Amino acid sequence: MSNEKKPFIVEGKLSDNERLKAESRHLRGTIEQDLKDDLTGGFTADNFQLIRFHGMYQQDDRDIRPERTKQKLEPLHNVMLRARLPGGIITPDQWQVIDKFAEDHTLYGSIRLTTRQTFQFHGVLKPEIKAMHQTLNKAGIDSIATAGDVNRNVLCTSNPVESSLHLEAYEWAKKISEHLLPKTRAYAEIWLDGEKVESTEDDVEPILGDNYLPRKFKTTVVIPPHNDVDVHANDLNFVAIEEGGKLIGFNVLVGGGLAMTHGDTSTYPRKADDFGFIKLQDTLAVAEGVVTTQRDWGNRVNRKNAKTKYTLERVGVDNFKAEVEKRAGVTFAESRPYTFTTRGDRFGWVEGIDGKHHLTVFIENGRILDFPNRTLKTGCLEIAKVHQGDFRLTANQNLIIAGVPADQKEVIESLAREHGLIEADTSQQMLDSMACVSLPTCPLAMAEAERYLPEAVRRMEDILTEHDLADESIIFRITGCPNGCGRAMLSEIGLVGKGPGKYNLHLGGDREGTRIPRMYRENIGEDEIFAEIDSLVGQWADERQPEEAFGDFVIRTGVVKPVVDSARDFYD
Amino acid sequence: MSNNSNQNFTPPAVLSEQQVNAITQAVSGLNRDQLTWLSGYFAGMAGAPAGSAAAPAAPVGSSPTPTLTILYGSQTGNAKGLAESFQGKAETAGFTSKLVSMSDYKPRQLKNETHLVIFVSTHGEGDAPDDAIELHEFLGSKKAPKLADLKYAVLSLGDSSYEFFCQTGKDFDSRLAAQGATAIIPREDCDVDYDAQAESFADKIVASLQDELISAAPAQALASQTGSAAQPEKSAYTKKAPFTATLLEAQKITGRDSTKDIRHIEISLEDSGITYAPGDALGVWFANSEVLVDELLSLTGLAGTEEVKVADDTMILREALLNKLELTLSYPNFIKAYQAAIGSKTLAGLMEDKATLRTYMAERQIVDIVRDHPGQLSAQVLVDALRPLTPRLYSIASSQSEVEDEVHLTVAHVDYEAFGTRHQGGASGFLCERVAEGGEVRVFVEKNDNFRLPDSPDTPVIMVGPGTGIAPFRAFMQERDAQGAEGKNWLFFGNPHFTQDFLYQVEWQSYVKSGLLDKITLAFSRDQKEKVYVQHRLLEQGAQVYEWLEQGAHFYVCGDATYMAKDVEAALLSIIQEYGGKSEQDAKAYLVALRKAKRYQKDVY
Repeated sequence: MSNEKKPFIVEGKLSDNERLKAESRHLRGTIEQDLKDDLTGGFTADNFQLIRFHGMYQQDDRDIRPERTKQKLEPLHNVMLRARLPGGIITPDQWQVIDKFAEDHTLYGSIRLTTRQTFQFHGVLKPEIKAMHQTLNKAGIDSIATAGDVNRNVLCTSNPVESSLHLEAYEWAKKISEHLLPKTRAYAEIWLDGEKVESTEDDVEPILGDNYLPRKFKTTVVIPPHNDVDVHANDLNFVAIEEGGKLIGFNVLVGGGLAMTHGDTSTYPRKADDFGFIKLQDTLAVAEGVVTTQRDWGNRVNRKNAKTKYTLERVGVDNFKAEVEKRAGVTFAESRPYTFTTRGDRFGWVEGIDGKHHLTVFIENGRILDFPNRTLKTGCLEIAKVHQGDFRLTANQNLIIAGVPADQKEVIESLAREHGLIEADTSQQMLDSMACVSLPTCPLAMAEAERYLPEAVRRMEDILTEHDLADESIIFRITGCPNGCGRAMLSEIGLVGKGPGKYNLHLGGDREGTRIPRMYRENIGEDEIFAEIDSLVGQWADERQPEEAFGDFVIRTGVVKPVVDSARDFYD
Repeated sequence: MSNNSNQNFTPPAVLSEQQVNAITQAVSGLNRDQLTWLSGYFAGMAGAPAGSAAAPAAPVGSSPTPTLTILYGSQTGNAKGLAESFQGKAETAGFTSKLVSMSDYKPRQLKNETHLVIFVSTHGEGDAPDDAIELHEFLGSKKAPKLADLKYAVLSLGDSSYEFFCQTGKDFDSRLAAQGATAIIPREDCDVDYDAQAESFADKIVASLQDELISAAPAQALASQTGSAAQPEKSAYTKKAPFTATLLEAQKITGRDSTKDIRHIEISLEDSGITYAPGDALGVWFANSEVLVDELLSLTGLAGTEEVKVADDTMILREALLNKLELTLSYPNFIKAYQAAIGSKTLAGLMEDKATLRTYMAERQIVDIVRDHPGQLSAQVLVDALRPLTPRLYSIASSQSEVEDEVHLTVAHVDYEAFGTRHQGGASGFLCERVAEGGEVRVFVEKNDNFRLPDSPDTPVIMVGPGTGIAPFRAFMQERDAQGAEGKNWLFFGNPHFTQDFLYQVEWQSYVKSGLLDKITLAFSRDQKEKVYVQHRLLEQGAQVYEWLEQGAHFYVCGDATYMAKDVEAALLSIIQEYGGKSEQDAKAYLVALRKAKRYQKDVY
C-alpha cells in the first residue's frame, strides 16, 4: 500500500484530533494522572476527548454553570457513561446492578435509554468512575468504544415476534460489535486495574489502526419490514434477508448519517447506499472491509467532512464499493428485495413464535426515573427481581420486557401498571415523538429537547384534536443540535436546535424513515413553530388523500420540495 | 550585638555601624538598672529641642525609678490593645514603663521585675493564647523563681459562655501569688464587653502606684519591645470609632446542594485610608435582626417604645435591642439576672448544674431562653440583664496589594431552624442577608501580629485552613503573588464535599496552574465512607511536611479551635516524632521552638 498512489486520501494539515489519537498511546493518554488530580472534577487537555473512546463524555450541569461561576466553583463536571449493549439486550440481574449504581452514584439517579439502543448514566463524579466500570464489568457490561472515532454500539431491530430470526440477527450484531472493537488494553488497565502491558507499542489495532477512525462510525443489523434502527442514520447497515424464517444473508447499506453543522453547506444528512447482498459467512469480512476503507480514505484533515457519507461522495460509491470487495474478498450480489413499513415499537403484549410473551412499554424520552405518580425506575427494578426473560432496549428509547412465560404475564403486567409503565392515556402522537438528551447535560446542546418534548407533544396533540385528527399522528422529533442524536432528519416534522428557544423547522420525511425532511423555516421560536404546524395540519386535514401521511402530504402539495439527493439538493 | 542585653537588639537603620559599635562599647559592663536609667536619659535627650544642651537628668548614682512592665498575651489583639491603652495612661501619669509581648519576654527576667501588669486572654477550653504559652508554663513549673519583691496585677479577658472562663488570667494570678508576689489590686476577669471594666482597672492601678513610680526622671515610655520593628501605623478608625464602609458583595460560594452557606464578602474601604496586612482581622459591628427583636418584645410583653438607659445613653428599648445589646449568644449573667427578674424555679434549678447549664446555653439564643421561661419584667431590667453588643472579628481574606481599597471576608452564614424558629448568627446574618449590597457596615481593623507571612519571600509556608479557615490564606497567596515571592506554598484545605464546598476552587486552580501554589492537599470529609480531615492528610504527607519544616517552612493553622487546631497540632507532633526520629518530649520542644521563632502560628476561634 505504502508505495501506491493514494488518490483517495485528503492531503493537508491533519485535524488536532488526529494528533491526540496518535499521541494517546492507544487511548491511554494521561487519564490515570487525571483520576488522581483531586483539584478538578474534570479531565484535562486530550484526556477530555480520550475518555470518549472508553464510553464517557465529560459534561456538566449547564443550568447552574453561571451560578457556579459566581460561587468561584468550577462547573459541576461529571461524566455521562454510555454502555456497550449490542442489540440492546440486558438481563434482569444486570438491570438490578445498573439500577443500584444509578441510584447510589449518579447525580440524576436515572437510567437513560437512548436512540443507540443502550443505557446511559448521567452525572457520575470523577471519584466514582473506576468503581462504575468495575461494577459494570462484574455484571458483564462494558462501555468500550461507545463514543469516539470508532465503531460504536451495534444496533439490532428489536423484534421479539420472529424470535429465531431475531436471535440470529442479534448474534450477528454482537459478533460485529466485538470484531470491530479496539484491541488496546487501555480500558482494562485504566478502569479495571488490569495488568499493564509491557509496552503500549505491543497493542496492535489491525482493524481500527493506530489512529483509529477519522470520525465516529455507526452500525446496525436491521430486520425488515421494521426500520426501528433508522438505517439511514448509520454508516453501515446489515439488512437481514430471510428465507423460510431462516437468516441467509444481508443487503449491505453504507454511508447514512444525519449530522450536519449549522451554516456549513458542505455538511448534510445523507441516506445510505445499497451495496448489494452478501452471504452470512462474509459478514465480518465485509464489515471489516467497509471500516478499513473508511479508515484509510476518510478525511482526516477536516473533521466536518470525515464521516463515511462524505467519503462516498468524494471518492464515488463505486470506487468505495470496489475497494470493500477487494479488501473483503467478496463480490456484492444483487440486492435482495425488502421493504420497510414501520419504525415505531409495537406497544403492549405480543406473543412470539416461540410461545413466549413480550411486553413493550413506552418510556417518555427514555428517562427511567421515579417521577411523582410514575415510579418507572422502581417499577423496572421490581420487574427485574421477578422477570425470567430479558430486557430489550429499543432504538426508539423504549423498553421490552421480553421472554415472559404465560404464567408470569399477570405479575409483570400488574407491576408495570402499578408503577406507571403502562398508561392508558399515552397518545399515539406521544408514541411517535422522540427527543435527544440535550440540556442540561449535553455540552453540544443549543436548545432544549428532552425537557421540552412533553410540552411540544401536548401542543401537537391539541393541534391534531382541533383539526379532528385526534386519531392520527405525525413522526415528530426534536434534536438539541444539528448532530442528530434525536434523528430529526428522518422525521415528518423535525426541530433542530439553533439557540435557546429557537429551532430550524424541517418538513417532509416519511413514516418509514427513507426520506430526509427539508428545512422549511429557519431559526424560529416555539410559538411561530406551532403556528406554522397548525396551519399546515389544517391544510392536511382539508386536502389529504385517503391515508396520506403528513410528510407525504407536504411533499405532494409542494409545501416543500423533496430531498432526493441530499449531497446536492439538501440546501436548495 | 550586646551580649549583656536580654533583648534582641537589631540596630535600627538610623545608626551607622560605627555608631552602633561605639554605643555597644560605651554600655558594655553596665547593669540592667543602669541601662534602664540610660534609656530614659536618652529618651529625654531626644525630647529636648534641637540644638539645646543635654536635658537635665537625674544625677547618676541616684536610685533609678522602678519600671512598670506591661506584659500581654493576646490571640486576637484585644489584650494587646488594652495593654497599649494602659501604657498610654501610665505614660500620662509619668510612669516609666515598657510594653512587651509575652512571646518576646524572657521568663527568667521575671525575678528582676518590681512592678508587673498582665493583660491576658483565654481561649477554647481554658487555653493560653499562643504568645503566652511559654511564660504560662514556666510560671507553673518548678523553674519559676521566688518573686517576693514583685507587685503585680492581672486583667484577664474571656468569654463567660465558655466553661473555663478567664482561666489563663486566673492561672497567672495564682502562680504569681504562689511565688510570693503581691497583688497591687485584685485580678479582674472581663467578659466580652470588657471596655468599661478594663478602663477602671487601669485607673485603679495608676492611682495605686502614683507614689512608687513617679520619679524625677523625664517621664518617657520605652518604645514597645515587641520585636516587630515596623509597626503598621495606627488607623484613625478603631473599635470604638469604626469606619462606615460599603458592602459591595455577599456572594454565596458554596454550591446549591451544600449544607453550608458560606459567603464571600467584599467591603469597600474607599476614602478611609485604612490599611491592613495579611493575617489581620476585620471587626464588624452589626445590628440585630428586627424579626428577632420583635419576637423578644412580644414574648416579654414589652412595647419597645419604653425609654431605657444603656450605659450612659437614653433611648427606646427597641433601638437598644437592635443596636446595643447582645441577643444571639447566651451567657450565664443573663440567665442569672433574668431568673431573678421573673423568679423562675426551673431556671434556678438549671443554674445549679453547670454542665447542664452550659449545654442549655450553647444551643440557645436569648430569645429561646425567654420563650422557654416566659415572664414579665421591665424594659430596664431586661436591658440590664443583657450584655452590650460586641463586634465580631473575621480573618481578612484579601491582600491590599491585590484588592487595594477593598477588604474581603469569608463568612459562614449561621442560619438554621431550632425550637420551631429560624436562628441566624448576629453578624453573619447581618452581613449575609440584612445588609443589602451597597449598604453600610461599620468596621475597623484588628491587627494580628501573631499571624504573619514570613519576612522573607523565599521562606516556604504550609497553610492549614479547612472551612472558613481558608480566609487568611487567600490573603497570603494574594500577597505572595503580588510580591513575586519565590518561597514554596502548600495549602491544606478541607470541607464536607468537593462539588459543593471547595471554597475559592477556581482561584486555587489558577494558583496551581501559575505555579504560585506548589501543593494543595484536600480533605473532603463526606465524599467517602470514612471521614477524612486535614489532620489525616497531614499525616499522610508527613515525610514531606517534615522536610518542609526542616527547610525552614512556617506552619499556619486557621479555623476551628475546639477540634481541628488540636488535631492538627497532634498530627504535627506525631510527624515531628516519626520523621525527625524524636522522642515525644523532643518533638514538643521542636514545636515550642517553632512557635518561639514565629514559625508556628495559629488564628483559631
